[in-house]
Amino acid sequence: MSRRHALRRKLTGRLMLGLCALCAGVVLAPLLLLLYYVVRQGAAGLNWAFFTQLPAPPGASGGGMANAIVGTLELLGIAFVLGVPLGLAGGIYVSELANERLVLAVRFAADVLNGIPTIVTGIFVYTLVVVRMHRFSALAGGLALAIVMLPVVLRASDEVLRLVPHSYREAALALGATRWRVVRDIILRAAKGGLVGAALLGVARVAGETAPLLLTALGSSQWGVKLDQPVASLTMQIYAYAIAPYDDWHRQAWAGALTLIAIIVLTSALARAWVGRRA
Amino acid sequence: MSSAAPSPAPTARASRSDAVFHWAFRVLALAPVVLIVSLGVELYHASLASRHAFGWGFLTGSAWDPVFDHFGAWPFIFGTLVTTAVALVLAVPFGVGTAVFLAEVAPLWLRRPIGYLVELSVAIPSVVYGLWGIFVVVPWLQQTVEPWLGQAFAWLPLFQGAPYGLGFLAAGLVLSMMVTPFVVSLAREAISSVPRSQAEAAYALGSTRWEVVSRVVLPGARSGIWGGVLLAVGRALGETMAVTMLIGNRPAVSSSLFAPGYTLASVIANEFTEATTRVYTSALIEIGLILFGITLLVNLVARIFLYRMNRPLGGTA
Repeated sequence: MSRRHALRRKLTGRLMLGLCALCAGVVLAPLLLLLYYVVRQGAAGLNWAFFTQLPAPPGASGGGMANAIVGTLELLGIAFVLGVPLGLAGGIYVSELANERLVLAVRFAADVLNGIPTIVTGIFVYTLVVVRMHRFSALAGGLALAIVMLPVVLRASDEVLRLVPHSYREAALALGATRWRVVRDIILRAAKGGLVGAALLGVARVAGETAPLLLTALGSSQWGVKLDQPVASLTMQIYAYAIAPYDDWHRQAWAGALTLIAIIVLTSALARAWVGRRA
Repeated sequence: MSSAAPSPAPTARASRSDAVFHWAFRVLALAPVVLIVSLGVELYHASLASRHAFGWGFLTGSAWDPVFDHFGAWPFIFGTLVTTAVALVLAVPFGVGTAVFLAEVAPLWLRRPIGYLVELSVAIPSVVYGLWGIFVVVPWLQQTVEPWLGQAFAWLPLFQGAPYGLGFLAAGLVLSMMVTPFVVSLAREAISSVPRSQAEAAYALGSTRWEVVSRVVLPGARSGIWGGVLLAVGRALGETMAVTMLIGNRPAVSSSLFAPGYTLASVIANEFTEATTRVYTSALIEIGLILFGITLLVNLVARIFLYRMNRPLGGTA
């Protein structure tokens, strides 16, 4: 009996671990398929006009997403200016100026905020900015992205700063430096690369956002980078083209998807490189 | 530092600027707390007209009639729960299985590229999942999967009716793809935080690898796995673009997964800028308030689980 028992245990083990491998296959296969489609269809859809021209009128073929690419960069720029300083300040506070309870509260709040659906953030900025300004605008869109970005930058910079050896702080404090001097002259210098990485991570996180922009930046088929006017973004353009009934728009939607993923992958790779460099 | 050596006792000016600095950063750091509170307050105020008009009945009403300004959120709550359930039924077993594979089974050279792929899938924008869903998943469901399910499980109310392609199943399926990485990476982290000595002790007692995984590692990682599952639930509840593109956008309650539906997030994305009356906009904001409330709760609980995981092992182990 004991030999049969042992055999059964062994076979059960093989079977279950085999199933785990199968799970991994099932999880990865559609993902690889998605990447394959985006690269194949996207590459087929890319051409010079895509990067240089305005959208064609509905039904007409040709045209491009030039204004949407510029709009995405503008929105990311606004989000960067508004979100990164706030995120870094939070990260510095949490990691350097410890007061155990408050630190826990801020980290917790940042994590929870990170889980709030971005469309809800969109409504918030709509009621706060769009309603008061009586118009959709690039500024509102950028603000919505900044709010989404904030907890990411805060937590990332918090982690980067915690990698700075404790002895640096103690040495500086022992020399009589104030907290402010320690942060400015020691910590920020030591963690410069990592902080750049944290900021880029935030950019990568919001570059693919669509939902909050629909309620704030609205989208546009014109050129324009005015802060108080609606502005286009790659994501909104992909959405509009994907659900429209025109083949040529579908082609451009795939091209837009490839461009967008390229921007995101590049930004995260850059972020990773900066964080890895540390020092 | 080129300035003169600081005197041993901080000068009054230095300590004052230190205090200013400290307070300034404290105020800035409270931004996430302030934002969460003001999100709730703002949505509550802006949904006033709708809350007055429909009261608590808004949660259970199933009329959605912009022409007569009569609104109820039930079809959207229903759709959100159904798509989230479909996504989780798939994401949890496959996600945990993948995490076990990565942590315990996979050859070392394979772990890094797979881990990288899983991370990449989090970075892919929702709208791209939606695009792929429309042109690849939906036709596949409509022509192959749904007709087959309809025949093989004809007795199940879940698989009834014409295969539209667009509907709960399509949205749930793509949603499961999007939330699985959260389960994988948190389960993997939780598994690797179980002390190796416990696994070794079980091996020393003669356990097989699977017995170690199922009786020592997974129970030890329980808290982190639950945290990951809840984070995935939170994501699934609030996921907007991919679902909007795949669910068919019809405010109807149906027992069949083939049918088109609507979710809380997608009705906001779809109708917000087209809402014509004050009550209409206000009703959409109240839907946002519901979504905010649910996801806030789910994320609070998820984070409590995860903080517990990161604490050093206490008496419960």
